[in-house]
Amino acid sequence: MPLMITFNQVCKRYPGGYEALKNVSFEIAAGEMVFLTGHSGAGKSTLLNMIAAIEHPNSGSVFVNGQNIATLKGGALPYLRRNLGLIFQNHKLLFDRSVFDNVVLPLQICGFDQRECTTRARAALDKVGLLAREKANPIALSGGEQQRLCIARAIVNRPSILLADEPTGNLDADYAHDIMDIFKSFHQVGVTLLIATHDEDSLRQYATRTLTLKHGELQ
Amino acid sequence: MKNWLTQHVRALLLTLRRLLTTPLSSLLSILVIGIALSLPAGMYVLLQNVQSLAQQMTGTPQISVFLNMGSSQEDTARIGKKLQQHESIGRIEFVPRERALQQLKKTSGLADVIGGLTQNPLPDAYIVYPKKNDAQTLEKLRDELQKWPKLEHVQLDSAWAHKLEALLDFGRLVVLILAALLGFALIAITFNTIRLQILTRRDEIEVSHLIGATNAFIRRPFLYSGVLQGLLGGATAWLIITVSLHLLNRSLAGLTQLYASSFTLHAPSPGDILTLLLFSAYLGWLGAWLSVGQHLWRVEPGK
Repeated sequence: MPLMITFNQVCKRYPGGYEALKNVSFEIAAGEMVFLTGHSGAGKSTLLNMIAAIEHPNSGSVFVNGQNIATLKGGALPYLRRNLGLIFQNHKLLFDRSVFDNVVLPLQICGFDQRECTTRARAALDKVGLLAREKANPIALSGGEQQRLCIARAIVNRPSILLADEPTGNLDADYAHDIMDIFKSFHQVGVTLLIATHDEDSLRQYATRTLTLKHGELQ
Repeated sequence: MKNWLTQHVRALLLTLRRLLTTPLSSLLSILVIGIALSLPAGMYVLLQNVQSLAQQMTGTPQISVFLNMGSSQEDTARIGKKLQQHESIGRIEFVPRERALQQLKKTSGLADVIGGLTQNPLPDAYIVYPKKNDAQTLEKLRDELQKWPKLEHVQLDSAWAHKLEALLDFGRLVVLILAALLGFALIAITFNTIRLQILTRRDEIEVSHLIGATNAFIRRPFLYSGVLQGLLGGATAWLIITVSLHLLNRSLAGLTQLYASSFTLHAPSPGDILTLLLFSAYLGWLGAWLSVGQHLWRVEPGK
């Protein structure tokens, strides 16, 4: 299997001297589902942010789909991100528009025509079980529903890599279970997943491979 | 190509929708821009009118050629022929000294004084109508005629046209300065409205960046917004001018009737209107472009 994500001796130091990542190296092959775990502040979010080029390493290199993020030209960055589905801890939903419009945004950015947009957005909403709420405002959704909406927006583009930061963070066990099932179904169709979580239940039930961070170092 | 067009149409529709979601503030900025633009544009229209009025009143400018006192009839005829053959002269009119005296008696109200004269003090004269009427040709012709023999004096009736021209030049300069200043004001207004738009759309911009929007995609609605605001401001200025002209013409009608003339202010030409709209749209775009360049990168993640 070709490599999807490669970290090569990556270090990240924040101004003020705090070291978030120390010499982190790992590889994730295409189609793998990998869990990233560790205590709060262990560097999980920093690591995910580096894959999406939201943050950059002080030393070492990050390769995504064979491309070195550091040498990526500014104009190529959006096209890298279109190949990533990002699921954020704080959802980052837009509350000035409907559930449907939130999901359709990535498609509009890619320039799909209206009909294609509608079909795909409906399919994504159906996948996460929110099709009945498409006209609602995201603010009216429960925490679990908001998380699923965030997932729908991440997958509507059919990305080959999904990155999820604490997707089950504030959810009770049933909701968490639903979401993990959704991820599992993506894994089954060949999507590469990297899921940061410290939810012991999910790890026990679903983890095939786990990366553990401790004070910025991979165990 | 189709994709590109879709993106633009979508950005334009989005801009229109945003404009309509804040009707009051949009209306106010458009009104401010319209008023700011209507000042220089309105002055320009008035100047155009004054200029055409001046041309009407001066008619075709003429040069008066006075012959030497006591020049013989042959001399007079010869000079008349020479004038007629001159390439830049269209038409001439001979004014014999007797007729000149009679005209003076009639028009000046000095009949008594003139009646007391023992002899006619006026020379024979030609009135010359040149083919071209610009100041340069006229002056050149006057200078040339002045060198001819047997001529007493050559007079060009362009002094007041000169004064008017200078006054119009002054007016044009005022319009230009006003236009420049208020053009800057327009840029500043757009800069600020776009800045506010960017700030209120922070979340959307950030999310769009994260899910793979290009800078062009994010910039587009803001640029459209600037252009649209400028364009609507320009249209407002046009409306203000049209209404003002209508009102002015109504009160002018009473005034010109008293002077037995039929002067009305003309509306700006389609070309002028188009220039106004393009100018305001361009300035709106410029203000938006500057604002986007200044503020957008601050919202970009990973910076």
